[in-house]
Amino acid sequence: MPFHVPSEDEYNDYAVVMKDIVKRFPKVLANDEVNLFVKKGEIHAIVGENGAGKSTLMNQLYGLYNPDDGDIFIRGRKLDIDNPKDAIKEGIGMVHQHFMLVGPLSVTENIVLGDEPTKQFNVFDLQKAKKEVQKISKDYGLKVDVNARIEDLPVGTQQRVEILKTLYRGADILILDEPTAVLTPQETEELFEVLQNLQKDGKTLLFITHKLNEVIEISNNVTVMRAGKVTGQLPTEETSQRELANMMVGREVLLRVEKEEKEPGEKILEVENLNVNDNRSLPAVRGCSLDLYKGEILGIAGVAGNGQSELIESIAGLRKAEDGKVIYEGNDVTNATPREIRELGISHIAEDRFKHAMIQPFTVAYNVALGRHYRPPFAEGGFLNHKQINKRSKELVKQFDVRPPETQILAGTLSGGNQQKMVVAREIDYDPDCMLVSQPTRGLDIGAIEFIHQTLLEMRGRDVGMILVSMELDEVLSLSDRILVMYEGQFMGEVKPDEITREEMGLMMAGQTLEEVRSESDG
Amino acid sequence: MNFLKAFFESFTNPTFYKLTLSAATPLLFASLGGMFSEKTGVVNIALEGIMLLGAFTGVVGAALFGSPWIGLILAMLVGIGAAALHAMASVNFQANQIVSATAIILLAQGVTGFLLEPVFGQPGSTPIYDKIPEVKLTFLKEGSFLHGMIGSLSPLIYVALVMVIVSWFIVYKTRLGLRIRAVGENPEAADTLGVSVYGIRWFGVLMSGLFASLGGAYLSVGELGQFSENMTNGKGFIALAAMILGNWTPKGALFACLLFGAAEALNEQLQSNPTLAISSSVKPLFNLIPFVITLIVVAGFVGLTRPPAASGTPYEKKG
Amino acid sequence: MGKKSWIRVLIPIVSVLIALLIASIIIIWVGEGSFMERLQFLVTAYSEMIKGAFGSVSAFMNTIIKMSPLILTGLAVGFGFRAGVFNIGAEGQMAMGALTASIFAVNASALPMVIAIPMTIIVGMLAGAVWAGIAGFLKAKTGAHEVITTIMLNWIAYNITNWAVAGPFNSGGGTPKSPEIAESTKLPNVVSSQATFLSYGIFIAIAAAIIMYVILYRTSMGYEVKAVGFNPFASEYGGINVSKNIIITMAISGALAGLAGTLESIGLYYRFYGTLTSGKGFDGISIALIGQNNPFGIIAASLLIGGLRTGSNQMQFVGVPKHIVTIIQSIIIFLVAAERIVMTIMGWNKKKGGSK
Repeated sequence: MPFHVPSEDEYNDYAVVMKDIVKRFPKVLANDEVNLFVKKGEIHAIVGENGAGKSTLMNQLYGLYNPDDGDIFIRGRKLDIDNPKDAIKEGIGMVHQHFMLVGPLSVTENIVLGDEPTKQFNVFDLQKAKKEVQKISKDYGLKVDVNARIEDLPVGTQQRVEILKTLYRGADILILDEPTAVLTPQETEELFEVLQNLQKDGKTLLFITHKLNEVIEISNNVTVMRAGKVTGQLPTEETSQRELANMMVGREVLLRVEKEEKEPGEKILEVENLNVNDNRSLPAVRGCSLDLYKGEILGIAGVAGNGQSELIESIAGLRKAEDGKVIYEGNDVTNATPREIRELGISHIAEDRFKHAMIQPFTVAYNVALGRHYRPPFAEGGFLNHKQINKRSKELVKQFDVRPPETQILAGTLSGGNQQKMVVAREIDYDPDCMLVSQPTRGLDIGAIEFIHQTLLEMRGRDVGMILVSMELDEVLSLSDRILVMYEGQFMGEVKPDEITREEMGLMMAGQTLEEVRSESDG
Repeated sequence: MNFLKAFFESFTNPTFYKLTLSAATPLLFASLGGMFSEKTGVVNIALEGIMLLGAFTGVVGAALFGSPWIGLILAMLVGIGAAALHAMASVNFQANQIVSATAIILLAQGVTGFLLEPVFGQPGSTPIYDKIPEVKLTFLKEGSFLHGMIGSLSPLIYVALVMVIVSWFIVYKTRLGLRIRAVGENPEAADTLGVSVYGIRWFGVLMSGLFASLGGAYLSVGELGQFSENMTNGKGFIALAAMILGNWTPKGALFACLLFGAAEALNEQLQSNPTLAISSSVKPLFNLIPFVITLIVVAGFVGLTRPPAASGTPYEKKG
Repeated sequence: MGKKSWIRVLIPIVSVLIALLIASIIIIWVGEGSFMERLQFLVTAYSEMIKGAFGSVSAFMNTIIKMSPLILTGLAVGFGFRAGVFNIGAEGQMAMGALTASIFAVNASALPMVIAIPMTIIVGMLAGAVWAGIAGFLKAKTGAHEVITTIMLNWIAYNITNWAVAGPFNSGGGTPKSPEIAESTKLPNVVSSQATFLSYGIFIAIAAAIIMYVILYRTSMGYEVKAVGFNPFASEYGGINVSKNIIITMAISGALAGLAGTLESIGLYYRFYGTLTSGKGFDGISIALIGQNNPFGIIAASLLIGGLRTGSNQMQFVGVPKHIVTIIQSIIIFLVAAERIVMTIMGWNKKKGGSK
């Protein structure tokens, strides 16, 4: 049965109808006459690449943005949702991709913020708030410690708090923006159980994601968006991942990268029993050891926050190693400065490009020069050689298809994908023998992702040794020659991608060692 | 040897303690004000300028209306007004909060210096007017230590101490206070729950203006009864250091301000001590001690105390 | 020049105009008599100011004399801004530079001019560099906010120089001034007219501006300074030593302020006074902001503020207190900081759409 587009008198059966929504931003038409029809009590997935306009659409439903044109109907009534308070009043709740939580405050305070129970003189009734939170927590089976401070809690629990926030306000239409981005496969399963329970309770769920396997697993209907338009609306059971990917991108998509067989070369990097602390001086890397060979991609899988960032930062010289050794080509480079590390031939694609990898108010050309701005060919005798800088950056911009192909524009004006291509171009231009690659495709569209994956494989073909850290399990599985799974600062085991299942990976990412996982499946 | 004797003499002199309270009071007002502003995420280093405006306005009120109390009320209004400028620039127009505050300090210095002649007929300083009468605790025995300490204090000192408790109550026990703390740590999170980030920040900044101005008014109509150019003399910045040292809490501010007040009191006592007989040319060396202490505090306690996470970062409402 | 560059130039100009407008309102307000009489008073005030700044050869020379140290303090603050540090301590650094240079110069009578002058300048610049370096070091190593530390250092410098010039470095008379510096350390003059003389200091100041321009736009050091100012995280990631850059930037900034003080001593006063700096360090802040941290913009801004200061001395005689210049400056700084206010007034209201 194809998707049924309701007529106006049928809107009463629909929790949400968004009709002909138009939303413009200075440089882009984010939503181009978008239609969305969500029946009461269904789980509806909204898929699309990064930049397709799905978050923009949901932000208008929650009142964070206002549509330039079009109408929104909630339970059959046409409404103007001007701000989150309006949305909350109508029973709409949102769980954001980046959690909206106040670290130093408690679970209770975070949940009731903005709608706090009070006594006389505006005094905050903490006891009443705690009782109410405890009640909802029990009713919906979402266990939390009402007194804990948010910043002390693990990510999965924080997400539960975010969901409780919406339930506290009586939401029965919940919007979840990329909820599984920060969860292990097991936590994702737990979340899906929660969502199905909520559905049984009569709630309507809208679910933004780019993970097609999740769409197939849990949704009833799916809306596909591409470049601001809706390219598909179908019942989930009548479609496949392949078809959805097609609608998302507009062409056939290689869901898995093709990697040639290759023998790794000699050892190039060795990490021995490394111990590194995080920003709060707590141990983040606890006695890790690894070997990296030329011409191979060593993947490090794991949920964010288990020490991967600190590990890479330590090797790159950006974070102090408390104990242990880093050995490059036989030399001890533990706690060398970032400059020394770069001069040795190790380059680094940082995980947070806005904060770390590029300087937004600098031109593209100046960003290409970053790190080599004091030596030939980009500088001589302390003076910059603008001619060389401009020439080389022009060549790189062309080679890596950075758009627009201008080197004198500010890096901050480029789109995410092009910024990342610029960063990758620069790091490769160092002509490194070893690369540290962190989250190289986060927030990018499929075209850019494919390009970067190809580039990394090319480097592998040129005998560069790479450590790849990524939270996208599929990316790690398809690119790596070997994989280490990291959990709470330690490696749970080393595997080859074709010798392990996703479930087993998930178990390791959640804390079981390889031996434990293997013995379970054997026994 | 003489120095030790002088120290001992100071600590055993009840005037030292009275001076400590007196010196701490303007600092405490300004420090609490700075705390309110920063807790909502807006850095306000213009306290120095607002104090100066408060000091000036207090005397204007005393001169024009014959009552230092009216001067006090006018000072609070002017303080709120000056703070409103900073709030508008920082909150609504996302200006660089440091530069905006620097402009207000300069404006305060310029305006107060400028108006001296037109309003009072003489440059440099004003004539002396009635100051706020002191609260006399007549049940204390004349000549006793306690009497020397607290027998005759300006009522504003008591007000300042009460304000510490009031501030603590507002920030940690009320709904408003919860929202203040949320906005200062993660304005976006508060915004998504319908809390008015702009509104809360305006409140914090206006409070800082109210308090700082009160602190400045204390210097003029509370202590001396007159205004002289640049009479705040860096106290606004010392108040900021006290706020940092006090870890952005009212209780901490109280202890920090008492510490700085004691330093100033000690300075005065040593300078007027007959045994030491400090010549006037050496006095500047003593005067710089509070500033050196502030420097050490600010440098040494950063990282040990923790400002609100969103402090200093402008917040822009989404489209 | 793209659109962005035009805005960079337009905002300070519009801010200056608005500030002058507000100042005019203030002057009218404190005037006496009917509205027409007050308007007349306003016109008189401004014409006196222009006369005082540019009306005669000696007036013009006075403006240039005032301009030299302002260029340097403006460069000092502006260079700091480039690296993301707010150096409010130019006043104190200028004072320490002037004091140290004067102490050296008073005792340098045995040296020939060729050696004496360069050495005095180096001593003064070094003193300013060290004084600022303290704040730079504290910021780099402890994260202490340089606004508070430099202001504290201002007050400390103020007290040290007061003590010095009233005590050990006093010339013996009743007033707080130092002995006169040695003949060989006095800067030669470009031109003198009646009682006014203009030393070569102005050329040194302009040379400093040109050197700053070259450093900022053409050297690796300038690249690093700007990178650290824009994004210290990415700078570190790119191999730049952020701590070193912060300290060096503050030191250079302080050296420029120290040079300003030195030149005032060896080029104008020939001794050290307690009031030698008289706010020129703080003027540097408004000059850097008006000049948008660009060396040539700073020269233009110094001319403006120098003219205002010289002119306001003249304005005093018709009854406008010279504090008006401080008020004008504060309004300009405020508007430049909240540049969106100016842009809104100009009808250039960029609505930010909240895109990711």
